[in-house]
Amino acid sequence: MEKPLTEHIKNDNTWLSLKEYKKVGGYEGLQKALKLNPEEVTNIVKESGLKGRGGAGFSTGTKWSFVPMGDDVPTPKYFIANGDEMEPGSFKDRLLLEGNPHQLIEGMIIGSYAIQARYSYVFLRWAYHHAAKAISSAIQEAYEAGYLGQNILGSKFNLDMSLHISVGRYICGEETALLNALEGKRANPRTKPPFPVVSGLFGKPTVVNNVETLNNIPHILNKGAEWFKGLSKTDEGGTKLYGASGRVKKPGLWELPLGTTLRELLEVHAGGMQDGYKFKGVLPGGGSTDFLTEEHLDVPMDYASVGKAGSRLGTGTLIVLDDKTCTVGMLQNLEQFFAQESCGWCTPCREGLPWTAKLLDAIEKGKGKMEDLDTLTFQTHYMAPGNTYCALAPGAMEPLQSALKYFKTDFEKHIHEHKCPWEQ
Amino acid sequence: MAKVVIDNKMYEVNGSKNMLEICLSLGLNLPYFCWHPELGSVGACRQCAVIKYKDKEDTKGKLVMACLEPVADNMRISLEADEAKQFRAGNVEALMTNHPHDCPVCDEGGECHLQDMTVMTGHNYRRYNFKKRTHTNQYLGPFINHEMNRCIQCYRCVRFYKDYAGGKDLDVFGAHDDLYFGRHEEGVLENEFSGNLLEVCPTGVFTDKTLRKHFTRKWDLTNAPSICHGCALGCNIIASERYGSIRRILSRYNGDVNGYFLCDRGRFGYEYVNSEKRIQTPLKKQDGTFSQLTREQVIQEINAITSGKKLIGIGSPKASLESNFLLRQWVGAENFYAGMSNSEGKLVQLVLEILKAGKVKTPSLNEVKEYDAVFILGEDVTNTAPMLALNLRQAAKNKPDQKAAALDIPDWNDEGVRELVQGAKGPFYIASAHITKLDEIATQTCQLHPDDIARLGYAVANKINGQLPVLDSDEGEETLSQNIAKAMLAAKKPLIVAGISLFNQSIIESAANVASALKEQGKDVGLVYIVPEVNSVGLTMIADQFLDDAFEKATQAENDTLIILENDLYQRMDKNSTDAFFENYKNNITLDYLDNKTTQQATYILPATTFAEGNGTVINNEGRAQRFYQVYSPDNDVKSSWKWLQAMIPNTTSSCQSFDEVIKDLVDAFPELKGIQEIAPSEHFREGTQKIPREPHRYSGRTAMHADTEVSEHQPPSDTDSALSFTMEGYAGIPPAALTPFYWSPGWNSVQAINKYQIEVGGALHGGNPGKRLFEQKENNKADYFENIPSQFSPKEGSWFLLPFYHILGSDELSAQSPAIKERVPAPYVALNDNDASKAGIEEGDIIDVLVKEVNQKLTVKLNTGLPEGTIGLPKGLTATAGIQFPFWTTFKKLTDE
Amino acid sequence: MIAEKILSSEEIKEIQEVYKHFPVKSAACIEGLKIIQKNHRWVSDEAVKELAEILEMSPAAIDSVATYYSLIFRRPVGEHVVMVCNSVSCWIMGCEKITNSLKEKLAVDYGETTADDRFTLLTIPCLGTCDHAPAMIIGEDLHRDLTTDKLDDILNSYK
Ligand SMILES: Cc1cc2nc3c(=O)[nH]c(=O)nc-3n(C[C@H](O)[C@H](O)[C@H](O)COP(=O)(O)O)c2cc1C
Ligand code: SF4
Ligand code: FES
Repeated sequence: MEKPLTEHIKNDNTWLSLKEYKKVGGYEGLQKALKLNPEEVTNIVKESGLKGRGGAGFSTGTKWSFVPMGDDVPTPKYFIANGDEMEPGSFKDRLLLEGNPHQLIEGMIIGSYAIQARYSYVFLRWAYHHAAKAISSAIQEAYEAGYLGQNILGSKFNLDMSLHISVGRYICGEETALLNALEGKRANPRTKPPFPVVSGLFGKPTVVNNVETLNNIPHILNKGAEWFKGLSKTDEGGTKLYGASGRVKKPGLWELPLGTTLRELLEVHAGGMQDGYKFKGVLPGGGSTDFLTEEHLDVPMDYASVGKAGSRLGTGTLIVLDDKTCTVGMLQNLEQFFAQESCGWCTPCREGLPWTAKLLDAIEKGKGKMEDLDTLTFQTHYMAPGNTYCALAPGAMEPLQSALKYFKTDFEKHIHEHKCPWEQ
Repeated sequence: MAKVVIDNKMYEVNGSKNMLEICLSLGLNLPYFCWHPELGSVGACRQCAVIKYKDKEDTKGKLVMACLEPVADNMRISLEADEAKQFRAGNVEALMTNHPHDCPVCDEGGECHLQDMTVMTGHNYRRYNFKKRTHTNQYLGPFINHEMNRCIQCYRCVRFYKDYAGGKDLDVFGAHDDLYFGRHEEGVLENEFSGNLLEVCPTGVFTDKTLRKHFTRKWDLTNAPSICHGCALGCNIIASERYGSIRRILSRYNGDVNGYFLCDRGRFGYEYVNSEKRIQTPLKKQDGTFSQLTREQVIQEINAITSGKKLIGIGSPKASLESNFLLRQWVGAENFYAGMSNSEGKLVQLVLEILKAGKVKTPSLNEVKEYDAVFILGEDVTNTAPMLALNLRQAAKNKPDQKAAALDIPDWNDEGVRELVQGAKGPFYIASAHITKLDEIATQTCQLHPDDIARLGYAVANKINGQLPVLDSDEGEETLSQNIAKAMLAAKKPLIVAGISLFNQSIIESAANVASALKEQGKDVGLVYIVPEVNSVGLTMIADQFLDDAFEKATQAENDTLIILENDLYQRMDKNSTDAFFENYKNNITLDYLDNKTTQQATYILPATTFAEGNGTVINNEGRAQRFYQVYSPDNDVKSSWKWLQAMIPNTTSSCQSFDEVIKDLVDAFPELKGIQEIAPSEHFREGTQKIPREPHRYSGRTAMHADTEVSEHQPPSDTDSALSFTMEGYAGIPPAALTPFYWSPGWNSVQAINKYQIEVGGALHGGNPGKRLFEQKENNKADYFENIPSQFSPKEGSWFLLPFYHILGSDELSAQSPAIKERVPAPYVALNDNDASKAGIEEGDIIDVLVKEVNQKLTVKLNTGLPEGTIGLPKGLTATAGIQFPFWTTFKKLTDE
Repeated sequence: MIAEKILSSEEIKEIQEVYKHFPVKSAACIEGLKIIQKNHRWVSDEAVKELAEILEMSPAAIDSVATYYSLIFRRPVGEHVVMVCNSVSCWIMGCEKITNSLKEKLAVDYGETTADDRFTLLTIPCLGTCDHAPAMIIGEDLHRDLTTDKLDDILNSYK
């Protein structure tokens, strides 16, 4: 089984230096890319079928192809790696950032070349200090080796890259909010249209891609689209970093073929539930995805299949709910997070989420009423996709709406017993 | 145009708008908060949700925000679909979770957009039963009261204040549901347009502190359509009264003039109307003291002293055309003087000539927003014509915004456009005598002596048309003029702005040259001149002599009676010569509103109406004639000047009885002014058989208003001068725009009811915007150019050229007497050039002795104003500097420490 | 009297260096706040005003940004900021026990600073180390797989 993204990552807490990275084929993808013209690079990525690993699963090559190309387009263009990773329960980009920074940087240079960007940023969350060191040192090495700067590898292509360390707020991961953060502003999301590929950072065409997405790029250029397509179990192409947290025996992170089933992840890789705990449900792709339950265990974890099962692949990191953990408490925790991380721009998210969190808190404390369940259902409709300005609030509603579907009795028990049934 | 289907009905609509604008323009009731016709859409509040269908077959549709939906041909949407209605009700419910529900004690109650929208969406039952978040409030100065708990986070305030008006000291703080809209620390809101927050905020966060002093609900106010008398722009206002005092001013929408907004001078400068210094009864001076007379007595006595005598009349640029005209009729044209100094009057005359010649278009105040390159010569626009500055700020965005249009980002997509252009502004050039507030948005600025500003203008004109006179310019002028000429030629619609505030004829002439030259290059150029007062242009159209002429003649002829109309001559002329002027007259009749130095000189004082109690016509800087109407009828002897004059003109041969008849005579005498007959319906106008009520139909307490003196209900005063009535009875629909006293429509109690009065949101009012332009551009009119290039200014050793500094809050004599404004008027100061000061060993804050017309004044020094070397500046029109006629050479000296 | 400036000339230089990389000075706002915080632990009102001057922005505009981000401290904090992850995975794995224990040991509540000015206790959303929950971060050091018994040693290492 091939693990192109992670196979060379060391487990001694150090990252691959440039030398080490080159030894295992690093920057060969870039060399190939620079021999092609930008549009050809984009086409290869498009053909590979690579879908964005940041959560939405949009075709990466297609996104790049929307960037205006040619001589009379607005410049400078920008290319940004989204390393904000603040989705609760997600910890996949961290491994790549800390373990193999050059792989990201190479992906970014190739992406920048494809859209003819002049500047490139790694947008990193504050808490990833180790990653920050890895990225800074790698950027430095890349400059020194001529992979960044003027006339890269004699190609006449110029690119500068720098690291931006964020100062908190989950919303910064939303790509348009991220642009505002980079511009030194409040990180409220922006209206779309115009999309960032047309009017992005400082009003110029900009591509934002997830860190994991970009780690795939050097390999796609190096080994081709067909190779990439062959990596997965289903037809979506590539490998995926899957993880699991919660009361499983071996919480962790694994690179596996895209389309590996939920059951395999839980039972084989995560080692099953801890002794004394039973599986109850799982958020398959981070805190803003719908619960899947026992009946879904054989669903292949790719974008389409998880979607069909009523959830989203999201970040591909499972949060496992066990029978000894209070569902309402877990949701209260999640909704409190989303309420606190709302940017405060649009009404449903700003007002609806705190209300939701307060209702859950009341129910959890045994002070809920049956009507509160209707109000919660109302909130899930009120903050449905499209109703809010960005995808934060609809994401926040996903675990709730599915919990109300699968675990309604847990809520009712709280209300009828006037206390949390899990409380000792 | 596009065809759209809304709730199964087909409409033909304007394709460049968004669906919210379309719905509102069609008269449909679709709630909204964050959208504002001037500020555009940002999609934050989510209140304007509708269902959009893919096609005819689609029955489910998708929820979208109407304000972010561009119109598309054959688009199908529904306002009435259950999902949309439930969402909108739910959205208000969510907004109300943190709202204090304090309508009974809230100043906004009864004219609150949030109330209206709450009722409109049908949200009426509260499910939220947790604690609400609360905030502390801030002191924001004398104009605005702050009550943050009422905030619904629509972001309109910061979008107006920062993005639209260029304010710096109001912002949003915090995140998620803990947002605070205010200053970063308590203090006065500094922006000149802060008062618009009152109307922009859809709830009671920002309310009017001046109204609060004697609060009255909207439905209990008597209102009239009026014109702001604060400067020459003639912004349209609604003035409101209760119990004989004016309670507040709101912006009255005029799509050709001020649109939705007003400046703070206009909004808060009304309080002088309620001043204790108001003259309430006719007064007669005997042995140095004034005593009251009845109306009949005073008319009789004045008749006795004036009949058959020579009369000298001094008109006023603050008074209506009608009052000025009747004074002129009474004293005779040869004895009638426009009440402004010669230096000012001649320049207004010059501006008037240029307007009349019509070589270049003079855009309306609102049209100014459409220009895409600006060159200002000499004016500190923010202080001499504030609302023009606000619109110039919008013009500065046009060129950069064209980039957004090229990417198909519609202009109403405020956020999309803003992120794309990233605050880019210009081309925008300012040549002024000192640093001005608009400099912050300028491409390039320079501070020059007025003559050098004119020289720059001439140089630019020469760069545009090489045939025009060349000047022996220095290098600085050379490159700057080159840049300006290039930018103006590259623009589609360049705009030239100048005025008379520096009292320099050459500036006016050179601006005309630049504009004419651009016109001949085929540019759609605009030329705006700023003049000082509300009726400067009107008065100059009926008078051709000025105060210096009057002063001069007074010493020659045998003199008799002087009649002064609404004019404190001590504000305009220096004290000694004004004193001397009065010496010549035994009898001096003054018509005025406030006690002042001139009324102190009078033998008879007649209590005149301010804009609030009288009707009249004024002509703004653009040549637009507009009518203002009295708000209420005072129950004392205060009368419009034209009414007093009418009563005193002996054996009136004319038929001068009613207001309309005065206008008729006026127009007969001045055919040029014919247009003023068309600016508003006559007194005989009726909607059906009904007059237009000044009071809303919910007006309360009428029967008890005079209960302190009398139990029977008073007969309401009747208005014989206009089609308006003083009561709540009358026509209930939308009256002609010129006669609209307030905005109200069923379900729309707030100012936002204005949507119902417009043909299309943000467009013209039903029946057309009121007012009439008297001069239009004459196509194919070949330009005559001015040729008197002044020579370069050279500083004089030991002597300085004194220039005026203008202040929006302070330089206008009347508004400055309003208590709220008074708090904001700057202390008198003297501005020095930094080099000159350091040579003289003077620092900021020092007190120095300045010689002002033979009198030494001790003034505090202000530096860093950008004044050119060899010049000094004084604030114009403050009490300490009243009557100074700028400019002149003077001296100053440092005070020694003894 | 001239009030003492908060920002040193080195800090000012560092901030000026940052805005050179952006098309507009105001884009350096967040970086500027970070530089101030690095040296002063937190951002005072005075510092906001001084930064405003450097970046040619208004204090209100700076503060609007500063108050938006959760990791810009507008109130004084102790020498070490202890931030305990309270997001879902850590919650499942019992982060509440950790925080309760910390509150007790430090004798402070959330948002408070110990009397000796050493520690300020805060929470932080998901630290991205969910497979080693519960976790916390002190200064720049990540501490994972926490149990209440480990806390004393960890805290002591900051004494
Ligand atoms: C509230 C919110 C938070 C997000 N956070 C992240 C994040 O931390 N990292 C990320 O890569 N994408 C995040 N996204 C998704 C981004 O908006 C964007 O889709 C993604 O970075 C695009 O990259 P991709 O196409 O490579 O997936 C977030 C989206 C939302 C709505
Ligand atoms: S859903 Fe609305 S309030 Fe929430 S983060 Fe997005 S834009 Fe902001
Ligand atoms: S008016 Fe459309 S979202 Fe606010």
